[in-house]
Amino acid sequence: MKVIVNGEPRELPDGASVADAVASVTTAGSGVAAAVNDEVVRRSAWEATPLRDADRLEVLTAVQGG
Amino acid sequence: MERSASGVEHEPQEDMDSLVIAGEEVGSRLIMGTGGAPSMQVLREALTASGTELTTVAMRRVDPSARGSVLDVLNECGIRVLPNTAGCFTAGEAVLTAKLAREALGTNWVKLEVIADEHTLLPDPIELVDAAEQLVDDGFVVLPYTNDDPVLARRLEQIGCAAVMPLGSPIGSGLGIRNPHNIELIVERAGVPVILDAGVGTASDAALAMELGCDAVLLATAVTRARHPARMAAAMRHAVEGGRLARLAGRIPKRRYAQASSPFDGIATSQ
Repeated sequence: MKVIVNGEPRELPDGASVADAVASVTTAGSGVAAAVNDEVVRRSAWEATPLRDADRLEVLTAVQGG
Repeated sequence: MERSASGVEHEPQEDMDSLVIAGEEVGSRLIMGTGGAPSMQVLREALTASGTELTTVAMRRVDPSARGSVLDVLNECGIRVLPNTAGCFTAGEAVLTAKLAREALGTNWVKLEVIADEHTLLPDPIELVDAAEQLVDDGFVVLPYTNDDPVLARRLEQIGCAAVMPLGSPIGSGLGIRNPHNIELIVERAGVPVILDAGVGTASDAALAMELGCDAVLLATAVTRARHPARMAAAMRHAVEGGRLARLAGRIPKRRYAQASSPFDGIATSQ
C-alpha cells in the first residue's frame, strides 16, 4: 500500500502500523509526535494503529523557531 | 522601607516579584526564542547569558539528516520548553500543531501563532480567536501572539487565554515598539500577564516594554542574529530587569520646563 509520510509517498507492506511508518523516518525515542489524517495518534498507540492505503501521516518534532 | 548606606531603597516584596502564568512561576521575565541562531553552541551560550527559564521551539516534520536537537540544548540548560505554532495560517493548522506539540513535548502550554501572510507575518485575528477557543476548550494553556489591539487582547483574555502577547512591530523587523500607547492600554485593562512579543531590536526596546508595564518580553532575532548573540542576550537580561525595576519604582512625570535639582538659596554672588 502507498502511504503519504510527511508529504512523500512511501510504499509500505499491508498491515504496517504507525510505529512502522514513523520508524522509516526517525529513530528518535522521544520528542516526536504523529498524526494520521489530521488526528494525533498517541505514542502508546502507534504499534496497535494500522495504516490504510492513502493515509496521510505527519511526523513532527521540535526545531529552532520563535 | 529601609534606606541602606548606598541610598538604595529596599522593598522586600521586590524579591517576590516573579512572573506567574497560569498559576506557575516563571523565574525570568525574559522569554527567549531559538530561531535564527547559527549553531547549537551559539544558541546554548546565548540562552545561558539571557537567564531565561522559558524558551520557544517550532514544530516541523522530522528531518532524518538533522544533527543535534534544540530540545537537547534546552534540557542541558534546564530551560522549560514552550512550543509554538509558527507558520500556521489557519486555526485548523494551529490546533493540530499544538496537539502534536503536546504529544511530542509533554506540555499543554502553547504559544499560539496564526499568521495572515508571509510578507508581514502579522497575526490573523479571526483565525487566532477561533484557534484560541478550541485550544482553551481542550485544556491548553494558551499564550497568543496578537496584534497590538487592546480590544482583541481583551477578547483573547475573555476566551480564557493565560496571557496575551502583543507585538511591538513585525516579527524579526527590529523596529521596536511602534505603538507604545496601545501597549499601555492593553496593560491597563489586562487581568493576565502581558508579554511583549516580536519587534524588539535592541536592549532599549526591551526596557521600554517593561517600563510600559508589560510583565515579560519574548524575543529571538535581536539576540540570535546579533553580531555577538551571547552579549546581546546579557544586554536583554539587564534591560528587562532594569525596565521592570523602573516600572516598580515609578517614573517622574514629564515636564515642559526645567525643574532645578540644586537649591537656589545660598548662591554666591559677585559684583
